[in-house]
Amino acid sequence: MAYPHRHENETTTLLSRHMGEEKARHLDGWLERGGYEALRKAVDMEPDEITGVVKDSGLRGRGGAGFPTGMKWSFMPGADDDRPHYLCCNADESEPGAFKDREIMRWTPHLLIEGCLIAARAIRAGHVYIYVRGEFFPVIRILNDAVSEAYEAGYIGEDILGSGWSCDLTVHIGAGAYIAGEETGLMSSLEGRRAEPRVKPPFPAQHGIFGQPTTVNNVETLSAVPMILSNGADWYRQWGTEKSPGTKLWCCSGHLNRPGNYELALGAPLRDIIYDVCGGIPDGRDLRAVIPGGSSTAFLTPDELDCETTYEGLKEVGSSLGTASPIVMDESTCLLKAMRRIAHFYAHESCGQCVQCREGTEWVTKILERIEHGEGKMQDIDNLYDLCEQLTGRTICVLADSVVFPLKSSLDKFRDEYEAHILRDTCTAS
Amino acid sequence: MSGGEGMSDGLHPAVAGSQPYMLADRQGSASRDEPLFESEEGRERLEKILSRYPSKRPALLPLLNYAQERNGWVSGSAMEEIADALELTPAYVHSVATFYTMYNRRPIGRYLVQVCTNISCHLNRGEEVMERFLQETGTRPGETSEDGLFTVMEVECLGACGFATVVQVNDEYVEDVTPEKVPGIVKELRDRAGQGGA
Repeated sequence: MAYPHRHENETTTLLSRHMGEEKARHLDGWLERGGYEALRKAVDMEPDEITGVVKDSGLRGRGGAGFPTGMKWSFMPGADDDRPHYLCCNADESEPGAFKDREIMRWTPHLLIEGCLIAARAIRAGHVYIYVRGEFFPVIRILNDAVSEAYEAGYIGEDILGSGWSCDLTVHIGAGAYIAGEETGLMSSLEGRRAEPRVKPPFPAQHGIFGQPTTVNNVETLSAVPMILSNGADWYRQWGTEKSPGTKLWCCSGHLNRPGNYELALGAPLRDIIYDVCGGIPDGRDLRAVIPGGSSTAFLTPDELDCETTYEGLKEVGSSLGTASPIVMDESTCLLKAMRRIAHFYAHESCGQCVQCREGTEWVTKILERIEHGEGKMQDIDNLYDLCEQLTGRTICVLADSVVFPLKSSLDKFRDEYEAHILRDTCTAS
Repeated sequence: MSGGEGMSDGLHPAVAGSQPYMLADRQGSASRDEPLFESEEGRERLEKILSRYPSKRPALLPLLNYAQERNGWVSGSAMEEIADALELTPAYVHSVATFYTMYNRRPIGRYLVQVCTNISCHLNRGEEVMERFLQETGTRPGETSEDGLFTVMEVECLGACGFATVVQVNDEYVEDVTPEKVPGIVKELRDRAGQGGA
C-alpha cells in the first residue's frame, strides 16, 4: 500500500503529514509524532472551552454539507442534561469520487481516535461509535488494532489519562448502503434498522441514536480537531479564507496523470489542482468537464475552473465543494454515458421510502439508457428537466436532489451531447 | 468496560462487532451453515457485542456480520438464531438483512470478485474490467463458477476512486486494475486455491 500521492507543498500538509509512514499506524509511532498531546490538553479543559476553540477556528464539516462544526457541537444539551450523549463518527465514505476518509483511517487511525475523544469531551458524550462502511476491510483491521491499543494504554475507557473522565469507543461497521452515510440514515442503521433517513426535526442533538442527544461528524472533520486544539484557532485560520478556513483533502480522480489525495488550503483554483497538483490530463488531451465535489455536485466546464474552491466560491458558479472530490473527464468522455452511470448509482442506492426518489431516480436512468441506445426523442430532454423539478426538495433526505445537480447542469451545459445522441445517434466526444 | 481479559478470542469488546466478514481465503469452496451461538466462541462474541449498546437491536448488524464472517453467507437459520438472541422477529431480521448489499443470501464462491464500475472507474475502463473477469472465470454476473472458486459481481463505488479501476476480492482491494491485468489476477487466485489452472 504505497502512498504516492502526497503533495510536495509542506506548508499545507497538516492533517495528512504522517500518511505513508508505516509507523504512524501504531501507538508507539503515533506517540513519537506527538500523538495524544491534544487529548492531554483537552482533558484539562471544560467542554464548552473546547467547543469555543473549534468555533473560533471556523472549521466546517468535511462530509459534504459544510456546516460549522463548533456550532453543531453547541446545539448539544449542556451539563444540566443528564441523559447519555453520543458521538457518531461518520466513516461511511461512499460518495463516488471521495476516498479521503479511507486514507486517514488506514494511515493515521490514532489521529481519528484522538479527534473523536476530544469531540466527545466537548459534547459530553460517554460513548463514541465509529460507523465505518463495511467494504473497507483492510482499513477496518487497522482501525480495530488502533482502538484495541488505545484502550490498552488508557487513552480510551475509564479515567482517561488519570483525568477522572471516562469515554468508550466502539467500531461499528456497515454492510453496503450509500444512504447510511446520510446522518439520520446512519443513526437508523446503527440502531439495527434499515438505513432509512428520518425527518428533521427532531434534530440529532435533541433526539439522535437510541433517542438521546447525538452529534454526527465526518472523519476528516474530527481528524482536524487535534491540531486545532494544539495550535489554536488563529493558527488554523492562516490557511483558507475567512468563511472557509483551513486545509482540505482533495480526492482527485478520473482522467488525471497523478490522481490521488492532496491536502491543500481551501481556495486553491481548480485549474491549478488539475494541471499543477495532479499533473494534468493523460496524453495531452483536452478537458471536457469536471464534477468538483463528488458525483452529487454540478458539472463545471473548462472555462469555469478559475473559481475559488471554497464552500462559497463553488456555490457562486452553481456547483458545490461537497467532499472536494473532483472527477475529471477528458475530451474522449461521452457525458451522456457518464451521466447515465451516475444516475444508475442513485437509482440503485435510493432507500425507497419516498416515491419521488424511488421512482424518479429510476425514470431518469431509464430515459438516459434509452437515449444512449439511440431510442431517445427530443421530448426526453423536457422530461428530464421535468424530473429535475419533481426530484428537488420533496423528499426526506437529499439523495434525490443529489442526482439533480449533475443532471440539470449536464442538460444546461452539454445539451449538444444529448441532441447528438437523440437526433443523430452519435456522440460529441472526440 | 472490561478490557477483554479472560476472553478466549482475544478481541477487545470495542472491536468484537467489527471483524472483517468477507474472509481473505475461506477454506474450501463450500460455505457452511453452522449454528452461531451453540459454541463457546459464538456465545462469547454475542456477549461482547451486546455489551457495547444500551439495548439489543443495535447489535443486529454486528451479529449479521458475525454470521457471514463465520459461514461465508447469512442463512435463514442464522437469521432465526439472531432474531432469537435479540428478541426480534425473523421477519424483521430478514427485512433489515435484505436492505444491505453485502450480506450474501446464498453460498458464494471461494473468491467473491466485486468490480466497481461507478463514475471514476467507468472513466478508467471499469466495464471492460468487469467483462474480462466474467470471460476469464466463465461466469455470468452473480453466478458462481462450476469449480466453486469465483463469484463475480458489479459493485457500486468502493471509495478508492484515485486508484481506478478498483476491484474487491473478498476482503482485499486490488487497485489500478486494467482489463489487461485481469488474466494474471485470476490465475494468481487459482494458484492460491491450489488448483493451478483448473
